[in-house]
Amino acid sequence: MSVLVNKNSKVIVQGFTGGEGTFHAQQMIEYGTNVVGGVTPGKGGTTHLDRPVFNTVADAVAKAGADVSIIFVPAAFAADAIMEAAEAGIKVIVCITEGIPVKDMIAVKEYIKGKTCRLIGPNCPGVITAGEAKVGIMPGFVFKKGKVGIISKSGTLTYEAADQIAKAGLGVTTAIGIGGDPIIGTPTKDAVELLMNDPETEAIVMIGEIGGSYEAEAARWIKANGNKKPVVGFIAGQTAPKGRTMGHAGAIVGGAEDTAQAKMAIMRECGIHVVDSPASIGKTMAAVLKGEKV
Amino acid sequence: MNIHEYQGKSILKSFGVAVQEGIVAETPEQAVEAAKKVMETHKCDGVVIKAQIHAGGRGKGGGVKFAPNLEKAKEVATNIIGMQLITPQTSKEGKKVHKVLVAQDVYYPGASPTKEFYMSILLNRTTGKNIIMYSTEGGMDIEHVAETTPHLIWKEEIDPKVGLRDFQCRKVAFNLGLSGNAFKEMTKFVASLYNAYVSIDASLFEINPVLKTSDDKIIAVDAKVTLDDNALYRHKDIEAMRDELEENPIDVEARKAELNYVKLDGNVGCMVNGAGLAMATMDIIKLSGGDPANFLDVGGTANAERVEKAFRIILKDKNVKAILVNIFGGIVRCDRVAQGIVDAYKNMGSIPVPIIVRLQGTNAEEAKKLIEASGLKVYSAILLQEAADLVKKVINN
Repeated sequence: MSVLVNKNSKVIVQGFTGGEGTFHAQQMIEYGTNVVGGVTPGKGGTTHLDRPVFNTVADAVAKAGADVSIIFVPAAFAADAIMEAAEAGIKVIVCITEGIPVKDMIAVKEYIKGKTCRLIGPNCPGVITAGEAKVGIMPGFVFKKGKVGIISKSGTLTYEAADQIAKAGLGVTTAIGIGGDPIIGTPTKDAVELLMNDPETEAIVMIGEIGGSYEAEAARWIKANGNKKPVVGFIAGQTAPKGRTMGHAGAIVGGAEDTAQAKMAIMRECGIHVVDSPASIGKTMAAVLKGEKV
Repeated sequence: MNIHEYQGKSILKSFGVAVQEGIVAETPEQAVEAAKKVMETHKCDGVVIKAQIHAGGRGKGGGVKFAPNLEKAKEVATNIIGMQLITPQTSKEGKKVHKVLVAQDVYYPGASPTKEFYMSILLNRTTGKNIIMYSTEGGMDIEHVAETTPHLIWKEEIDPKVGLRDFQCRKVAFNLGLSGNAFKEMTKFVASLYNAYVSIDASLFEINPVLKTSDDKIIAVDAKVTLDDNALYRHKDIEAMRDELEENPIDVEARKAELNYVKLDGNVGCMVNGAGLAMATMDIIKLSGGDPANFLDVGGTANAERVEKAFRIILKDKNVKAILVNIFGGIVRCDRVAQGIVDAYKNMGSIPVPIIVRLQGTNAEEAKKLIEASGLKVYSAILLQEAADLVKKVINN
C-alpha cells in the first residue's frame, strides 16, 4: 500500500534535460524509482539518462504509460507545465519549482479542479515512499521503511523528522512535502486524509508552520473523524514576528489565527500530541506508539 | 515588495482609478513649489503634506499635516522631511522621512457630506481566490473595526474563471450605502482597482480611506500597494520603484547575496538550510533560554563563500552573543559544509562569539571530525537536542 507513489508508479520528469532535472532524475533512478522518461519540448525522440525524451506530456502518457510527473521547470513556465500534466491525464503531479507567482497558481488551482489529478506542491521537497519510490529531492537514505506517515510544508524539517523517527527505532511509510507557498495543490488536511486511509500507516507526524489555516483545518478534520490514528504535531515559527515573511512565501503571520501558538492550541484541543521542541518529534512518536502518556 | 503611497497612486491612476492628486518633494523648497502647483491645478485652498515611508499609521505619529497656505506648507514640510517618524507600525526608533507627498485637499465642502470607506484586495488562501474586503468604517484601523463591528466588513470573492463581474461591483456600492452618481463612480472605482491589482501581480492593495467627496466623486486618498516578489520579473518598471532607503541596510546586503535573512531582536544568531528548519531552529534557541537574533536560510548551496557572507551579515548585529549553525545535509554533503565553515572562519581571521555547529545527514560524522581536527573553537553537535543543550551551555557561560 502506502500513498501517492509506489514501486509501480511510472514517473516522468518535466524539465528532464535541465541541470536540476538531470541531477535529481539520476538520484531518483539510483533510489529505485521507476523513471520511464522525461519531457523537454523540442528534444522529443532523443534519449537522456538511458530513457526516452518526449516533446509533450501527452506523448509520455501515450508511449510510456506515465502516471506520475515531477516538475523542475523554471518558475516562469511551471504553471504551464502543471496544466500540461493535468490535461494529459497524469494522476500525481509533484511540482518542486519555487517562486511561482500567485496569480499563476490561482489559474492552476482553477484549471485542475475536476480533473483526475492530485497536485503536490509547488515549492516542496516531493513525495517518498520508503524503499519503493522517491519522487522528490530529499536524501533517500534518511527515510527508513516503517509505519509512520509524515506531512510537512518544509524540506529539511521533513528530513529532520524522518531522521528522528529512524533514531527512535521506527520508520516511514510515505512522507509528503506539501510545500510552503500561499497556494498549494494538496493542503495539510487532504494529505492527512490520505495517510489516515492508508492501512500501512499506523501513526502520523504533521509538521506545519506559521501562516494560513491549513493545520487548524486538518486538526479539526482529525477530531471530527474520531482520531483514528495517533498524530504528533509541530509548528515552526513560535518565535517569528508578525508581518515578516519567514523564507516561505506562505510563512507570514497576518491574523491572530496564523500564529504558531494559536495553531498549537487548536491542534491540542483536537487530540494531537503537539511538541514544543522540534528535537522531540521522534521520541514523542515512540512514546505515543508504546501507549505511554506524553 | 512594498512601494510608497505616491508610487502606488501613480500606478492606480494609470489604470483609471481616481486618486487624490499630488506632487512628491524632497526639500521644503520643492514642497512649496509643489503646493503652489497643486493649489492652482486643483483649485483647492490648502494642501496635505504626507510623509512617504513604508508604514501605516503615519497620521498618528505626526507625519500627515494640513497646510492652508504656502507659508504653512514650508513650515510643515521642514518639520516632516528628515524627521524620525514613529508610528504603531514602525520600530521604536521609527523611520527617517526622505520624501513627502504634497497632495490636494479633497475634504472640501459641497452639496453632500463626505464619507470615508475602507477597501482592500488580497488572496483568500483557504479558497485560492482573490477577495475584495470593504467596509463603511473607513479612515480607521481595520483590525479595530473587525473586533468591534465585524458586521460592517464585507467580502466579495472573485471567481478566477470569469473575473470580477459588474453585479459584484454594484453589490459593493449598494452595501456601502451609495446612490446616484456616487454609486456609479464606486462601481467604476472597484472595477478599475481590481483590474490594476491583477495586472501588476499585486499581493495586497489597501485603500484606506476611499473617499466619497462632497460632489460625489470616489477617490483613493491613500494607497498601500504590495507586489508579489515572485512576479517582479515581469514588471521591471515597478521593480525599479524599490526604495532601498526604506529597507534595513543589512536586509539589502543579504538580498544581494541571495540569502534569505530577517533581522530579529535576540542575542543568538543562526544559519540554517531551509525555511522550515530555520524557523524551528529559532524556536529551539528560545526553548534553550536564548532569543533568536535572526532568521537566515542559506539555501541548498552552503559553500565557503555563502557561509562567510552569512557569518558577516549575522555579525553586523552587535547583539549577537553566539551563533548556531544548523545544517541538515541531504543532497548537500555535510563535510563540504564543514569545509566551508572552516574556510570562512580562516578567511575572517577571528569570529568574536562562540559558534555551535550542528551538521546532520549525509557525511555528518566526517564533518564533525573535520571541524574537530581544524582546531577552531567551535562546539560541534550532530543531534538537534545536543545543539540545543550547547546553546544553553554557551548562553549561561
